[in-house]
Amino acid sequence: MNTNLLTDRANPERWSLTKALRVIHLDASLLFGLLSLLGVGLMILFSAGNQEVALLVRQLIRIGTAFFGLVILANIHPDRMKDMAYWIYGAGLILLIAVLLVGEEGKGAQRWLNLGVVRFQPSELMKIAVPLLVAAYIAERPLPPTFSRLTVCFLMVVIPALLIAKQPDLGTALLIASSGLIVIFLSGISWKLIISFLLAAASALPVLWYAMHDYQRQRVLTFLNPESDPLGSGYHIIQSKIAIGSGGLSGRGWLEGTQSQLAFLPERSTDFIFSVIAEEFGLVGVGLLLLLYLAIAGRGLYIASQAQSSFARLLAGSISLTFLVYVFVNVGMVTGLLPVVGVPLPLVSYGGTSMVTLLAGFGILMSIHTHRRMMTS
Amino acid sequence: MSTRFVLKDHVNESRLVNDRLIFSAIFAGILFTVLMARLAILQVVDHEHFDVLSNKNRVDIEPLPPQRGLIYDRNGVVLAENIPTFSLELIPEKVIELDETLSELAALFSVSSEEITDITEKIKQQRRFRHVVIRERLTEQEVAIFSANRHRFPGVDVVGRLIRHYPHGALFAHTVGYVGRINEKDQARIDEKNYKGTLQIGKTGVEKYYEDLLHGQVGYQQVETNVQGRIVRELENEPSVSGQDLFLNLDIHLQRVASEALGDYNGSIVAMDPKTGGILAIVSKPDFDPNLFVSGISLKDYAVLRDSIDRPLFDRAIRGHYPPGSTLKPFVALAGLELGVVRKNTKTYCPGWYSLPGKDHSYRCWKAHGHGKVDLKQSLAQSCDVYYYDLAHVLGIDRLHNFLDLFGFGRRTGVDIPSESRGLSPSSEWKRSARNQVWYPGETLISGIGQGFNQTTPVQLAYATSLLAMRGINALPQVARGSRENANSELSLMPIKRDDSLPIVKTSNWQVIVDSMVEVTLGQRGTAKSVGKDFPFVVAGKTGTAQVFGIKQDEKYDVETLAKRLHDHALFMAFAPAENPEFVVVVVAENGGSGSKTAAPIARKMIDQYFGVATDEH
Repeated sequence: MNTNLLTDRANPERWSLTKALRVIHLDASLLFGLLSLLGVGLMILFSAGNQEVALLVRQLIRIGTAFFGLVILANIHPDRMKDMAYWIYGAGLILLIAVLLVGEEGKGAQRWLNLGVVRFQPSELMKIAVPLLVAAYIAERPLPPTFSRLTVCFLMVVIPALLIAKQPDLGTALLIASSGLIVIFLSGISWKLIISFLLAAASALPVLWYAMHDYQRQRVLTFLNPESDPLGSGYHIIQSKIAIGSGGLSGRGWLEGTQSQLAFLPERSTDFIFSVIAEEFGLVGVGLLLLLYLAIAGRGLYIASQAQSSFARLLAGSISLTFLVYVFVNVGMVTGLLPVVGVPLPLVSYGGTSMVTLLAGFGILMSIHTHRRMMTS
Repeated sequence: MSTRFVLKDHVNESRLVNDRLIFSAIFAGILFTVLMARLAILQVVDHEHFDVLSNKNRVDIEPLPPQRGLIYDRNGVVLAENIPTFSLELIPEKVIELDETLSELAALFSVSSEEITDITEKIKQQRRFRHVVIRERLTEQEVAIFSANRHRFPGVDVVGRLIRHYPHGALFAHTVGYVGRINEKDQARIDEKNYKGTLQIGKTGVEKYYEDLLHGQVGYQQVETNVQGRIVRELENEPSVSGQDLFLNLDIHLQRVASEALGDYNGSIVAMDPKTGGILAIVSKPDFDPNLFVSGISLKDYAVLRDSIDRPLFDRAIRGHYPPGSTLKPFVALAGLELGVVRKNTKTYCPGWYSLPGKDHSYRCWKAHGHGKVDLKQSLAQSCDVYYYDLAHVLGIDRLHNFLDLFGFGRRTGVDIPSESRGLSPSSEWKRSARNQVWYPGETLISGIGQGFNQTTPVQLAYATSLLAMRGINALPQVARGSRENANSELSLMPIKRDDSLPIVKTSNWQVIVDSMVEVTLGQRGTAKSVGKDFPFVVAGKTGTAQVFGIKQDEKYDVETLAKRLHDHALFMAFAPAENPEFVVVVVAENGGSGSKTAAPIARKMIDQYFGVATDEH
């Protein structure tokens, strides 16, 4: 029976890379997309990081580690993941509380937990655990979920999000909240409910506004409009917009961006790396990059649509869409459309922890796709 | 094994989720189109604008620090001003060889290697386009030297800055306070953004208390600079908002008289307007020159001030703990009247000593052979200790404590100078919790004459005196009178601060105490006759002589043999005119010996100055 997987229907005898990858539960199209993106990322990082080779080597080691995780997850059956959902979520929650109590500080926020050998950010675990648990819980019963089960789902999302927001890490909290809310949205809750929820949230805003102190309002205003604060967060945005705008249609060319190379652009190898791409490769370059992101997410959505259980469908859908949310928030942030919340550009920005979780997510997608029961068998 | 079977309609479910997936994909497509549109605007439509900004010129954002508000006395005499100075500053981003530049500058301006280490450290911590100060207060010669060598140091420049200056030096050292360089501790309590470009912050006194008001709001300018960092064009300018000017209640003439009158004594004088609580003069001696601190005091100068046995940096007016001595007696007498323990005419016989029933220990009156029969008025006029031993004994410490509490003893007055002390007004409860000891009856007697555990700050005593003067209507002491936004705007007065807990006392009782305090300055046997003599207004006062050094039962206090530092403190409190008080003064002269001989004449000079009466010396 299993040999079916190895034989191409049209050409039973021919060996193909796609089939070979299937044996180790990897999806060729997704893998190709990810590798292209990572390759582009390394190229940009070389430019943004002042052509420092050591930086590239460190990033490569991270990619290698993260890929190892991807392969392992791809080989775990989705049903096993579903079984473990509660445990993973519970462990993540305990670690989050531990971070608030005994965590280490870095850049003014408590995010890290020192486990002796490695430092670890429990909020990263929650990026997987939240959609995993919400999908597992919702899929236990027929869709769409009842109101009482929806309430439970909301708690599952809100509790870790609040704990992370308290660290404070607003960007991650928002991403985690959206990954859970996307699962709920995909589960088919009625539009009436969605709209009334949005209306309730919108009408709560003015109430909150009047309850705030003047200085709190001021903080919200600068958060929403950083350019009013050019000595603080506005500095990043002003420099970032100059970098992007001066790139023009075709860019200044690789390693030629003056804003980036002359170190005018802050955090250019991490959160603001998109501006480097825009300066050096222009509108054409960023257009192609955004298309690559859409293609990867599109493949993920296709995998979701082909999944054989509601659990897998919801989880795969959430992972793919959250990936796009990442991109949208980061690009929106560096172009001055959205407030600066500190979200990296997925798979391109320098930094280890998000790399591991992102690729782990794609490992889950591949597992979902390659563990389908074949109709032909 | 039974599991609850849930019926699921797989076909419908997958259709439901797939519909949502398609919706999401379309929505994501729209969002990404928005991103592309935004990028197209930046990169195509506005390309030239940004290209110019990025190309030949660079954009810098310079903070524009606000000008600190000035501080004036009540007559409009400047107590704290800003004077221009030049400092040598460096912009790390524009310096090509940092280490080399620093060592060459060090050679040219004799900057020590420790300072260089500090500067290097600072450069590492700051944004690379922020100014770092290498040397403050350049002399004209140093400016000239640098100008001649400027071409050797790209990124280094002489910058004109305003620096705080206190034209009256030590006269207002403790109260106005001083500003100094912002340190780590300061950084924790300020909005760092608002202090970009600001080098100094209020460290003590009014400068610290009203920091928010004096500092103002930072502005910024967005400028284009050329490669050398020189400004080519200004793109945007948000001007800074200067700090507000502060007007104090202090009167520089009175302050001068106070400082001179106290002379070489360590101690303090507080004068206030009892109607408003406005502090008219406040002196703490010894003092120091606050200008030393403005741009970083040298270690040597600081060590001298810090290690001096007289503790010149210590603000005695608000932090000095003194036993109130006999100045507490009017309040004890009032407690006796109010609580019905004594009456105006109650007489006590003073043989020169007092002992508790059934105890051997005798408590001495300051007058060894006694005052004989004294009523309340004479007990205050002559400051008879025995009268108050007896009164305190009958009142008991806790009733006494609760009554004194109404007058602010043992509590901060809330004066607008930071780090005020609380003083101490003892009670049996306090002794139990603070020392874990029971209260002894003998300690009540000592408390009754303002000795023992009693500790009062001069400002506290001035406030309590103003309550007596105003017959219970209170106005808490306040240094600042008002502020104004700028030189053209109106002065807005600060509200008079009042305490909620008014000491409620019968009108007639107030009058008995005031009359008795008048007897102190006018009576035949008053202890402060020097104050009442040849003066057009009626002054109410009370002397106090507070023991610093405990005298044993059978010893005699001998001025000759006792070291100066162990001499009694001399105290005097007064208000005038007695019937419509305008002026309250409290004098504490450390080791001054006697309240009537030392402190009262000092207070008289203050009263003369306030009421414009020429004294003999003038």
